[in-house]
Amino acid sequence: MSVAPRWLTELREKGAARFAEVGFPTTRLEAWRFTDVRPIAETSFAHGVSRWTAHASTPPHVLVGDLAQAEGVAQAHLGRYADVSANPFTALATAFLEDVQVVSVPARTEVATPIRLSHRFEGTGAVMTTPRLLIVLGDQARATVIESHEDGGAEATFSNSVTEIVLGNGAELDYVRVQREGAAASHIATTQSHQGRDSVLRSTSIALGAGLSRHDLGAVLAGTGASLVLNGLSVLSGRQHVDYHTTIDHAQPHGESHELFNGVFDQHARGVFNGRIIVRPGAQRTDSKQTNNNLLLSGDARADSQPQLEIYADDVKCTHGATLGPLDATALFYLRSRGLSPQAAKSLLTYGFAADVLTRIANVPVRDDLDRAIRARLGVETRAAA
Amino acid sequence: MSATPMLEIKGLKATVTTDAKNEILKGLDLSVRAGEVHAIMGPNGSGKSTLAAVLAGHPAYTVTGGTVSYRGKDLLEMSPEDRAREGVFLAFQYPVAIRGITNSYFLRSALNAIRKHRGQEELDPLDFLQVLETKLKQIGWDDSFLNRAVNDGFSGGEKKRNEILQMAILEPTLAILDETDSGLDIDALKTVAEAVNALRRPDRATVVVTHYQRLLNYIVPDRVHVLAGGRIVKSGGKELALELEAKGYDWIKPEAVAV
Repeated sequence: MSVAPRWLTELREKGAARFAEVGFPTTRLEAWRFTDVRPIAETSFAHGVSRWTAHASTPPHVLVGDLAQAEGVAQAHLGRYADVSANPFTALATAFLEDVQVVSVPARTEVATPIRLSHRFEGTGAVMTTPRLLIVLGDQARATVIESHEDGGAEATFSNSVTEIVLGNGAELDYVRVQREGAAASHIATTQSHQGRDSVLRSTSIALGAGLSRHDLGAVLAGTGASLVLNGLSVLSGRQHVDYHTTIDHAQPHGESHELFNGVFDQHARGVFNGRIIVRPGAQRTDSKQTNNNLLLSGDARADSQPQLEIYADDVKCTHGATLGPLDATALFYLRSRGLSPQAAKSLLTYGFAADVLTRIANVPVRDDLDRAIRARLGVETRAAA
Repeated sequence: MSATPMLEIKGLKATVTTDAKNEILKGLDLSVRAGEVHAIMGPNGSGKSTLAAVLAGHPAYTVTGGTVSYRGKDLLEMSPEDRAREGVFLAFQYPVAIRGITNSYFLRSALNAIRKHRGQEELDPLDFLQVLETKLKQIGWDDSFLNRAVNDGFSGGEKKRNEILQMAILEPTLAILDETDSGLDIDALKTVAEAVNALRRPDRATVVVTHYQRLLNYIVPDRVHVLAGGRIVKSGGKELALELEAKGYDWIKPEAVAV
């Protein structure tokens, strides 16, 4: 970019100032207790070149473009939701804000085909990139957006990604984020959404790759009657590490949120889930359900699950549950008693555990693509998901 | 009837795997020939379900004595999957729900594992669908629960019907029905019994484990055995089931002590 507009320079400076103040988080901080980011902090990364590739077939007035093409929308929204003071990595990403992809759908416009955005590295070596995505849907607009991060990690790359999602009143977004970077990658992500009245956000975050990954998902149900589905799936092995921190903020009455995060951890893999749900005073008739299931396929795999409910309204329904452990012995026997080998029984049960999240993705081609990836990893030949 | 029994159990003893002192089967004898239907009846806790589980190779039980011969082979030496591939089928009292996997995929995986063992070609999804439709027609059911996850959110009756559907697809030589009648209303019971009867053949045998005589109005047994205290304490024809229904199990017990 040639000369940055003043608002952008100011935003970057704000991020840089904040990061200079706090630096990289350490495991002494509660929110980073289980995730040690020293592999990132102690590597000197070059500022890498990266770019977004967009595949979209959109009606007129729908904007899918970069900062130059969408400056008005960017100026109005960028940095308003992903708070630099909430997370040091958001501050760092904002300081280096450059590689921006914007999707803007005007009010009452429906985008029938999914908008696919994939982030790619260019160049080699230990590079850092800061992919930024902004999705803005006007009142009653509808769209499906697929964000993918797939090709980092052949070398020690570091992605520090921030996505902001803004939904107008009655807007409806299906959002799927897929992270399949290589095992040498460190991947840090923040997704912050802000929902208007009666809007619907169905979000699925998939983590299959990276050696070290952390994804903070924050959702504010800012309008009455907003509805959120916040799902996630991790399938990790080797020494991979994933940390999901989710915060669902019910700010207004009649909101509903359904959260399901399943994690499959094999060998020495490690999973962290922290699910915070806030129900603000006055957010009556909130209906919130959180579920976190962790499947440990080896004695060396580990998972930590922490629900955190902060409820300040009295007429609400909030439930949460977590499971942690190996495959169910009775289920394994059931499959073996039908002629399946122990290995086939194990693969099928593990796949079913993952498919429980995948089958909730509405878009069929996207779901099928992920289904293939999961099956390839688990050795299940043909599509079997219910 | 052939001279050698299909299933010959002699002096079978079994304990709970996690509690070796807890012996449930205490020297059980049973002989079942091809073409026969045997009913195992008995009070709660007598060891009926344990017998069914041990025959299928459930790891929750450990065999501590006795022998089980199935078609001339040592059944107890075989893994659960090999028993299934050799034609043993257990209809579970509490079928397990498997989230995320469709019933039809599960059925095809099971059938192909068994076909492979028999040296038959595995069926692709289309061929399998034909087999499935034939079987459904044979037992008079529709295909409404084929694309749902295995037993997930099924009613009690649907789960039991699903066990019988699996049995129809896998065509076992020895079918063991563990309290398939429990929790079924009379219509569901009739449907399940009709399906079992439709599968009766001279080269197959069925062992029906039940607490109540009711099921035996619809699946007529050749032999009825009373299991109490981990042993078969009385055997007889189908009229024994009626006698048990009328008198309960208490009158059996003194005899059991005398054995």
